[in-house]
Amino acid sequence: MTDAAAIPGPAGAPAAAPELPDILPPVKARRGVSGFAFRHPTLSIGLVLLALMLIVAILAPYLGTVDPTALAPAKRTRAPSADYWFGTDAYGRDIYSRVLYGMRISLLVGFACALLASAAGLVIGVVSGYIRALDTIIMRMMDGLMSIPPILLAVALMALTRASVENVIMAITIAEIPRVSRLVRGVVLSLREQPYVDAAVASGTTTLRIILKHILPNTVAPLTVQATYICGSAMITESILSFIGAGTPPITPSLGNIMADGRTLWQVKPFIIMFPAIFLSITVLAVNLLGDGLRDALDPRMAKRL
Amino acid sequence: MLGYVLKRTLATIPVMAFVALFVFSLLYIAPGDPAAVIAGDQASPEDVERIRKSLGLDRPFVARFAEWSLQVLRGDLGKSIFTGLPVTELIAQRIEPTVSLMVVTLILSILVAIPIGVVAAWRAGGWLDRGFMGFAVLGFSIPVFVVGYLLAYVFALELDWLPVQGYTPISKGLWPWLENLILPAIALGFVYIALIARITRATMLEVLSQDYVRTARAKGLGETAVLFMHALKNAAVPIITVIGIGVALLIGGAVVTESVFAIPGLGRLTIDAIVRRDYPLIQGIVLMFSFVYVLVNLAVDLVYTLVDPRIRY
Repeated sequence: MTDAAAIPGPAGAPAAAPELPDILPPVKARRGVSGFAFRHPTLSIGLVLLALMLIVAILAPYLGTVDPTALAPAKRTRAPSADYWFGTDAYGRDIYSRVLYGMRISLLVGFACALLASAAGLVIGVVSGYIRALDTIIMRMMDGLMSIPPILLAVALMALTRASVENVIMAITIAEIPRVSRLVRGVVLSLREQPYVDAAVASGTTTLRIILKHILPNTVAPLTVQATYICGSAMITESILSFIGAGTPPITPSLGNIMADGRTLWQVKPFIIMFPAIFLSITVLAVNLLGDGLRDALDPRMAKRL
Repeated sequence: MLGYVLKRTLATIPVMAFVALFVFSLLYIAPGDPAAVIAGDQASPEDVERIRKSLGLDRPFVARFAEWSLQVLRGDLGKSIFTGLPVTELIAQRIEPTVSLMVVTLILSILVAIPIGVVAAWRAGGWLDRGFMGFAVLGFSIPVFVVGYLLAYVFALELDWLPVQGYTPISKGLWPWLENLILPAIALGFVYIALIARITRATMLEVLSQDYVRTARAKGLGETAVLFMHALKNAAVPIITVIGIGVALLIGGAVVTESVFAIPGLGRLTIDAIVRRDYPLIQGIVLMFSFVYVLVNLAVDLVYTLVDPRIRY
């Protein structure tokens, strides 16, 4: 600008150029919570919804619930009312209480699977990406594991073990590991070629230190996004497994089990399935929105992809 | 070209071998005693021993695996513990409804998802795009059986447009067959449509910013021709990849959808097998579906070379 002003105009003195209207309105940086919500609407909606669901699950005992496993044969399949907000199931159990306690199981399964699959996938991916000798064999194994449709893999595992929440988590985690390892391996392979990694190698940095200082920090963003998606899909898979009888033990009030109990009565008492379904879907939706929002926020280049 | 087809086909062999090894080893690596789990809590020690013997758990792993592999190669998947019938026979009896459901779902999903994705990319940022993509996120968030019950409740019970449950073989006529499959196919296709629509939109967005698309528009080509002839064709590879990968969702979802709509297919067979802890049957079903999945993705890889002449290996 100073250069342009220094050049004399045709009339000698710098001509008073007509003031150009601003093409873009002035951007006022919004600060604080409202600014964050404005810049990342998807992320914010996801966070708020998930926080809400977490609070509901954690505070389940204090939200007017009764024992979710208490049977009351005289009060079977009551429609939703002031006494039974979501009605009762075929054994007279209060669905409202069961749904709130079921949220705990679903969230536990979701978070545990996301954490475990990310941790295992991270280790396998780094090893595979860094140790050439093992790469081919590990990736062929992952290809094989990925060729088994996840639900069927979980079904096969569950058929051989006793029904328990831990085994459900293990079964879903094993099915999710290959995708995470591939993702991490991809990141590692592309980072290995980076000049700064070459520089670190040349200056005698140990492999362990390179992995810790240069490789791992770069996997955090994609891994976090992937972990949220795993969390969402694990909750869906838990409900599907429990629904077909290969999930958490029937006595556990998981959202899938509540819906499985309503299976035979769905034509006459649809509310038994409806309430847990709404809660499950909102929770998974929250996690998925969080994932989409994180992806866009952590890597703006990816915002237009997917 | 022929060399590539051959190479790619041979490359599926180690993958399938690993799948077989894994599914077989599950019996040995599963925590606890699988024989006792399968026998159930009321089983006598003799029952457990009998099941252990029939599963071959009393013999060394390597010998048993070699024997079993040869069996599988001959097309023998063993015998069901519960019925005593060969697993292949049980699968063959139930395969038609499942294949029908999956094929109808596949066709329906592609026909719905690709236009949605193309239109969303074309109107990126607009309300149509937001609407479609919001719907797609929703698709990932609702379990397939809930969509199934919802559809059955609204369109079969309340509106009475379509049958609630059941299956009619295709030999009884095309419409009776299709009529029973419409609702299950929509339910099963919901996630799949969301998946394909999202990838279509993403790839189309990339392609639409290319120079040749601008050229096509500049020379006065209609928008439909630009979108579907020029752009979609160049966006085909990732879309086809996802269609192939998504078949895993269809397989898993079919098990559940069949249960919701009382379709007597492989899904019902699987659920019965779970209830009876009939592991040889589950093993056979998992193995068969995995092989199908590997072959589908082999086909996808080979299709690449047809849709994209640049890909020549």
